[in-house]
Amino acid sequence: MNNLIANIKISIKDLLARSGRSFLTILGIVIGVAGVIIIISLGAGAQTLVLGQITKLGTNLIGILPGKSNENGPPAAVFGVQIKTLIPEDVEVIRRNVPEITEMAPFVRGNVTVIYGKENVDTSFTATEGSYPRIQTVEMIKGVFFSDEEAKAGTNVIVLGYDVAEQLFPNGGEIGALVKIKSSNAEGGAIPFRVIGVQKKLGNIFFENQDDQVFIPFTIGQKQILGIDYIQFIRAKVNHADNIKLAMAEIKQVLRNQHGLKNTVDDDFSVRDLADAIKILTNITDVLRIFLALMAGISLIVGGIGIMNIMLVTVSERTREIGLRKAVGATNHQIRNKFLFEAVVLTSVGGIIGIIIGVFISYLISVGAHLAGYDWKFIISPIAIILAVGVSVLTGIIFGLYPAIRASKLDPINALRYE
Amino acid sequence: MLIELKNITKDYVNEEVVTNVLRGIDLTVADGEFLAIMGPSGSGKSTLMHIIGFLDRPTAGEYLFSGHDSRYFNDDELASIRNNSVGFVFQSFNLLPRTTVLDNVVLPLLYSKEKKNHEVKAKKALEAVGLSDRLYYFSNQISGGQKQRVAIARALVCNPKIIFADEPTGNLDSKSGATVMEILDKLNQEGRTIILVTHDLNVAHHARRIVTIRDGEIISDEKIPETKRIRSW
Repeated sequence: MNNLIANIKISIKDLLARSGRSFLTILGIVIGVAGVIIIISLGAGAQTLVLGQITKLGTNLIGILPGKSNENGPPAAVFGVQIKTLIPEDVEVIRRNVPEITEMAPFVRGNVTVIYGKENVDTSFTATEGSYPRIQTVEMIKGVFFSDEEAKAGTNVIVLGYDVAEQLFPNGGEIGALVKIKSSNAEGGAIPFRVIGVQKKLGNIFFENQDDQVFIPFTIGQKQILGIDYIQFIRAKVNHADNIKLAMAEIKQVLRNQHGLKNTVDDDFSVRDLADAIKILTNITDVLRIFLALMAGISLIVGGIGIMNIMLVTVSERTREIGLRKAVGATNHQIRNKFLFEAVVLTSVGGIIGIIIGVFISYLISVGAHLAGYDWKFIISPIAIILAVGVSVLTGIIFGLYPAIRASKLDPINALRYE
Repeated sequence: MLIELKNITKDYVNEEVVTNVLRGIDLTVADGEFLAIMGPSGSGKSTLMHIIGFLDRPTAGEYLFSGHDSRYFNDDELASIRNNSVGFVFQSFNLLPRTTVLDNVVLPLLYSKEKKNHEVKAKKALEAVGLSDRLYYFSNQISGGQKQRVAIARALVCNPKIIFADEPTGNLDSKSGATVMEILDKLNQEGRTIILVTHDLNVAHHARRIVTIRDGEIISDEKIPETKRIRSW
């Protein structure tokens, strides 16, 4: 027992004496472990972020997009393609024929410059109807969202995003003010709008600043600003979650009739619900996670090679040391124990430091993401930790122990003379 | 008899070329002798000493150590003999780098049956070689002569019957070499068997008996009369 303690004391002394080598070994393990933890945490955080944003939009929602698309893939509009097959009449037909739908809103979007006095802001506008706040959550800090009547009548009213309001009206006084909107598509210069509301600060959703936009009534945005007669997107709310699939089927049928299509392959529209969107995004983020897991694997390999190299580089020195230890009476068993003990100490110290650094940096990333306005969850995967520590510790022990076992089997003089 | 070698041979095989380093060595060494093994380089003298000191194994032949046939020693028994029956002093010192003088001498005790007083014993051994004032120096901070004395202290610390010295003065200046030989002679006077390997006739003449080897065979074995021995003091 005394000998064991003495041996442990000596081993720790030895490790400290070779602090350079010990440090490099530990470094390899730290890189491997911390890298894996950070990368896996990033992947999980990003996935929950994206999925969380979808559910934030609201529930029981159906999206109708122009153009046919694979329901498990992203819609064509994502790739910047403009398809003109959805028109305002489609909205009316669906509203009349699909009883499960309680609210619907068409959307078009574009870029404009909003001017107030000497201030002007380049931003994007969303043109929709007064039903918008009944479909998704809208919170105002000042004023109100425009009503169905205002939208239908084509009144020139505007709701500002938080950032836009702050830039145009640094001193407040937005409500009732007249701003002008200018667009490259619009003929006849700027159109005046009366500000009736300012939205609460929302932060980023889908990597897009929700506070840097304005809302205007649908027909003005569509006809006067964009100069088009089609719809880019329709969102509909269903009365009950159980009716979503039924409503989707009905919408498809109604639109096929309306567009005079005979076969489903001819569909010039696509209908999706939030579950579909979640599935698509899960597919996309899963790819991201696999990619990140591969990177984590690479970081483990890099760490492992680091450990291996430093262990192998010192093989000749260590072999001579083993020869000497055998020459003064160490048994093979004692030599194996000593090297095993050293490897365990080095790898566990490295593993612990790696976990601390990995968790700490993952935490910093989540704090940074919060500061940047993302609702980022700080997620640490125990499996990632176990895997990373397991692989690093195993590499350390194998490459620390294998040369030692080989050297311990040599006659002492051969080990002493090893070059 | 302490050491009895009968027809010991050692072959090295290197890329299928066999070198006969030792070709049938017969040698007996009694307890308390001071023996020098002489010969030019490549004669096999170091190999012979490594075999006697259990750092190497013969290819064939019989080696009786204190009457026991060494062929039947297992690894643990060999380790135990290396630990407390023999002590080695190497030409190139073979101290642990980045380790203090004291810890270098403690090293064999870690592998011994002695459970206590490691530092006390190590300090005593270092006192015997006159290095009490260098205990906490690192092994790379002392001179060559001091390194060799540390190595002798390490060989001594487990109180072995035999001390082997392989060209112990080979890397030292003459003054340090004389000190080392003086210590070895003193150890012999205390009753320890000393087996020395050298190619230097002056060093060999510190011993009481010189065995000369050439091409793996013993060509002469003579006793040195006390009057012809070189004494360092």
